[in-house]
Amino acid sequence: MAELARDTLREMQLRMLRIRAFDERASKMVKRGHIPGTVHTSIGQEAQVVGATMALGTGDYMSGNHRSHGHPIGKGSPLGPLMAELVGKATGVCKGKGGSLHLADFAVGSLGESGIVGSSIPIANGAALSSKVLNNGKVALAFFGDGAANQGVLYESMNMAGVWDLPMIFLCENNQYALSTPAHTVTSGIISERAAGFGMPGIRVEEGQDVLAVYDAVSAAVARARAGDGPTLVEVITYRYNEHSEGLKLGTDYRNADEREAWLKKDPIVLFRQYLASQGFSEEELDGLQATALAEVDAAVAFSDASPYPDLSVAFDDLYTDKESVA
Amino acid sequence: MTVMSYLSAIGAAQREAMDADDRVIIIGEDVEANVYGTTGGGKSRSIEGDFLQRYGKNRIRNTPISEEGIVGAAAGAAMTGLRPIVDLSYSSFLYMAMDQFVNQVAKNRYMFGGQASMPVVFRSAMFYGLNTGAHHSDRPYPMFMNVPGLKIIAPATPADAKGLLRSAVDSDDPVLSFEACLLWSTKEDVDEDEFWVPLGVARTAREGTDVTVVAISSSVPEAVAAAEELAKEGVSVEVIDPRTLVPLDRNAILRSVAKTGRLVVAEPAHRTCGAAAEISALVAEEIFDSLRAPIIRVTAPDMQIPFSPSLEKQMYPTKASIAAAIRRVVDLPALEPVAAAV
Ligand SMILES: Cc1ncc(C[n+]2csc(CCOP(=O)(O)OP(=O)(O)O)c2C)c(N)n1
Ligand SMILES: [Mg+2]
Repeated sequence: MAELARDTLREMQLRMLRIRAFDERASKMVKRGHIPGTVHTSIGQEAQVVGATMALGTGDYMSGNHRSHGHPIGKGSPLGPLMAELVGKATGVCKGKGGSLHLADFAVGSLGESGIVGSSIPIANGAALSSKVLNNGKVALAFFGDGAANQGVLYESMNMAGVWDLPMIFLCENNQYALSTPAHTVTSGIISERAAGFGMPGIRVEEGQDVLAVYDAVSAAVARARAGDGPTLVEVITYRYNEHSEGLKLGTDYRNADEREAWLKKDPIVLFRQYLASQGFSEEELDGLQATALAEVDAAVAFSDASPYPDLSVAFDDLYTDKESVA
Repeated sequence: MTVMSYLSAIGAAQREAMDADDRVIIIGEDVEANVYGTTGGGKSRSIEGDFLQRYGKNRIRNTPISEEGIVGAAAGAAMTGLRPIVDLSYSSFLYMAMDQFVNQVAKNRYMFGGQASMPVVFRSAMFYGLNTGAHHSDRPYPMFMNVPGLKIIAPATPADAKGLLRSAVDSDDPVLSFEACLLWSTKEDVDEDEFWVPLGVARTAREGTDVTVVAISSSVPEAVAAAEELAKEGVSVEVIDPRTLVPLDRNAILRSVAKTGRLVVAEPAHRTCGAAAEISALVAEEIFDSLRAPIIRVTAPDMQIPFSPSLEKQMYPTKASIAAAIRRVVDLPALEPVAAAV
């Protein structure tokens, strides 16, 4: 394991806390009707998200999926415009045009989350292609779930990334369920082992609640990519604590309660706090990180609350680059 | 000026675009070997060397047969600084990538509040009329006209094929180019210097005063031929080629029909919800009072394309079927039963 600077360790915990606090608040706001529609939280998966995003540089690219808030937060996107986007405000990171499912913050390399399962994987692949053609040293990473791992476009993309040696990381967030469907009931074999068929390394991070384990695995993949050695498939085993989406109440007991209890005991934020304490971080400092994250979320909600909704006059903006093309 | 075929004009535009901007790359199946004839040099490969020799493997990206992955990767590359031209060969293969076209290529700029630019061109050839059977004969551009966020061109002449493609490559919005194989060998004088035909501007292929025929793709030369025949009977036909279907040059169409009072729309696509339906609705909504006769559409019927030459020939607008429609709107007696299913 790489020796990490204290600042990096602190930042990891802070980003995990940000995601937790942001998503817990978003969940409440959905239930109160403050956020229209629904959201998919990354609560329980913070280590997997932050371990991956912090292994990337700010200039590196990333595409994501419907479990969409953690990715840009992990990549360093400020919370205010993200929260405003969830509410549909003009100050949202996508001007209120995207919503929770379509967060994107190009300033931090976030090329967009996607509501269509698997659909954004080739977008990151294309970013890796542009990096290769332009020789600008950037790396691209696609987040997708165990469910998306059964979409054909993943394999088209892995093949192209392999044959072109693209600086690309395919990151499978295996939280063991796709909506109500247990992964093992619809997935033949082991996802990470599919990499072998494309001549690329496949790494399975069993300890996906350990942010450093994820960070190390993804860092190795990033190093390979930057060195021109091509793509890697990284599968991270993790667990979502909440329902598939907020407000959803599935009638069947598709996940048993004991299983959830066991995963709650491996809470990535609690685990990492213990680790940080063992590394000499004081309790005050660790409490302070928590307070900082909560204060940032409060400020983000205040920013959103104080922001206007978009005026109808902007509804057609950005459909095309020119207004004349709007029918 | 030099004589160019439709196909070599496309090749010339691609070469100019590649020379003008290093960010332009070509992605597609079999583009290295110039299988579809637009990535070769000059008039033939042996004269100037092909694209692979000129631009190298970094910019000429020969792909696996993975349309969904190709279209998505081109979108991602366009969002991050390249200006890809994607050669999808047959337009029938666009369906393989429908999700990427509709959900990523068309929507990303809007959904992300304008953060994404999507400077990418998707070229495909419509192989209809060549007895290739139902899986290779599609004319799918109307489906994509139903997807806001895409721009669509359908050149009918070599000069337009060259000039429109240059504008498409320069556009920061995604452009789908539908090229007709029936027109590949059409030749005319084309400027060998750079020129651009702006998107969204129709061309008047022939001026006239009695009837407007709006014709699309390979129906344009058929319409011009029908117009010349009708001229012998004293009917003056104006032929408008929109060239760009999105954005559509509504004013050019409305101006012409306001002048002539009669409209025939001819296109090789299916009838239901086709471009002809859209153009007819536009005229009926905007200038109904100018119409002196019902609008007539001359299209392919709503059915699969049969293989047998004796059957396929009847499927698309011809000089005869367009001429018959013109005769109807000007109340000339029909000449003889026209076999085409209009
Ligand atoms: C193409 C497509 N099919 C189905 C859905 C409906 N859907 C949304 S999320 C989801 C489950 C995805 O599971 P996974 O990829 O494992 O991600 P997770 O939700 O577990 O993070 C499904 C079926 C969709 N959005 N897109
Ligand atoms: Mg899952």
